[in-house]
Amino acid sequence: MSLTEADTSAILLTLKLAAITTALLMLIATPLAWWLTHTHARLRAAVTALVSLPLVLPPTVLGFYLLVLLGPQGAVGHWMQQLGLSTLPFTFAGLVVGSVVFSLPFAVQPIANAFAAIGTRPLEVAATLRASPWDRFASVAIPLARPGFTTAAVLAFAHTVGEFGVVLMLGGNIPGQTRVLSVAIYDHVEALEYADAHLLSAGLVAFSFLVLLMLGRYSGHWQRTPI
Amino acid sequence: MSRIEGRFRATLGEFSLDADFSVPSRGVTALFGQSGSGKTTLLRLIAGLARAPGRLVVDGEVWQDKSVFVPTHRRALGYVFQEASLFPHLSVRANLEYGWKRVPPAERTIQWDEVVDWLELAPLIALRPHQLSGGQRQRVAIGRALLSCPRLLLMDEPMAALDTGARADILPYLERLHHALELPLLYVSHALDEVARLADHLLLIEAGRLVYQGSLTEGLTRLDLPLAHRDIAATIIDAIVIAHDRALQLTHVTRGPVALELPGLHGSPGAPLRVRVAARDVSLTLSMPQQTSILNLLPARVIELADDAPGQVLVRLALDDTVLLARITRKSALLLGLQPGTPVVAQVKSVAVA
Repeated sequence: MSLTEADTSAILLTLKLAAITTALLMLIATPLAWWLTHTHARLRAAVTALVSLPLVLPPTVLGFYLLVLLGPQGAVGHWMQQLGLSTLPFTFAGLVVGSVVFSLPFAVQPIANAFAAIGTRPLEVAATLRASPWDRFASVAIPLARPGFTTAAVLAFAHTVGEFGVVLMLGGNIPGQTRVLSVAIYDHVEALEYADAHLLSAGLVAFSFLVLLMLGRYSGHWQRTPI
Repeated sequence: MSRIEGRFRATLGEFSLDADFSVPSRGVTALFGQSGSGKTTLLRLIAGLARAPGRLVVDGEVWQDKSVFVPTHRRALGYVFQEASLFPHLSVRANLEYGWKRVPPAERTIQWDEVVDWLELAPLIALRPHQLSGGQRQRVAIGRALLSCPRLLLMDEPMAALDTGARADILPYLERLHHALELPLLYVSHALDEVARLADHLLLIEAGRLVYQGSLTEGLTRLDLPLAHRDIAATIIDAIVIAHDRALQLTHVTRGPVALELPGLHGSPGAPLRVRVAARDVSLTLSMPQQTSILNLLPARVIELADDAPGQVLVRLALDDTVLLARITRKSALLLGLQPGTPVVAQVKSVAVA
């Protein structure tokens, strides 16, 4: 038995979505994690809670509000229309936005933990060795936080591959555009095509298991000793 | 003469710091005090790693004032922390290069090879930080700070985290730097033996307040300061080696009219040698004793007396411009009728290399 053309397209779309989401999340989560680690602002607690919301909210709630916000009547959607842009719901771009929000805590937390583990000392040392703040960030913070970045990227990627609720609410089920793996599995089950559902589901189980296995190996391999 | 001048006033929770200092910008200045007295805080303020209202001028360059705050990375300073804090993701070479590479070649005031030689870093350079012993790490950290070509070197108890053996290894390197470099060094410590060995000047800090600043010798011997009243109170004398008596295994040193003999062969003739005389090893008589086991008999004059532990007094003596401390019983002081100006003979039972 082999994959149908529609299923292959769903798999490729899923991988593309996960890759783009992960790349964007690295760009967004790094400064956010840095700020959360180093700020003394009162806003910190509120922002931490906000970033963590996707961990506890049902994805349908998240998807619903994104749909409302990004739709033609929503604040963001209205504004985008005024700028002459098309609205995001039921497009691939909309899925990317939804996935980024949905996986944000999975990217921010490992990076923030890694930044916190570095502490302030190596950065102070770098400052006394004439490194400017940007220089310290690039030459000390980023390399020392590398395990955190790896964990964040792997988790964000895997979590995006497995998302369903947000996609369904926000993206619908348009082949080649928004029909990702989890939606395809749902469709197969609805149509009682259990063999196809099995093939995709088992693949996803194997993929997720391998990802977690590698992550465990990697974090075990990296043991930081205080110098 | 150029100086490092600063004034900081800060209240951090229950701790308040009030320091107004001016130290020569050459030689080693020890910043000495108990744990929690504010030594490290003051050093961090000087480095710009902490902020408090104040003013700081180094060799005429304003680092901090009402409207000026030069960030740490623009201050030409080197800082050696208590823990070596080497970058674990970089090799020893890359650690050493970190500051070096960030100094424009035209502004480099120190040679790479010089630093590597002084600190004997060549065998370590290809290793990773986790392969080094504690003492080796601290040596690399000192080298790394020197290679950033500082105009002021700050050290925060660089040996406090080391065991006794590693400390003994590091001290000679610090002494060598002291003699080889024009660079002023501000050295935080709560170990009097380190200070006695290395420092020229002393900043004495107590509960956030500077209680003394000036020469080390005076700071160690002033009777109104706490150091003279410690059990291990001592004087240091910067002497010159005159000769060695190989048969009797003695070294003769002098400072002005003061001549001392100490057991063991130290230094080479003409070389400076810092010696230490503990207050409890000095006793006093009114006339030159005959036939005594004590080699070092020095005619001196009493400058002042002060109460010490119960039943004891501390006597501060001068021989020309050399100062000695003697810890004697109150009874002896009364029997000898000691007063400021009394001529005495100091019997120095033991002299040690500082």
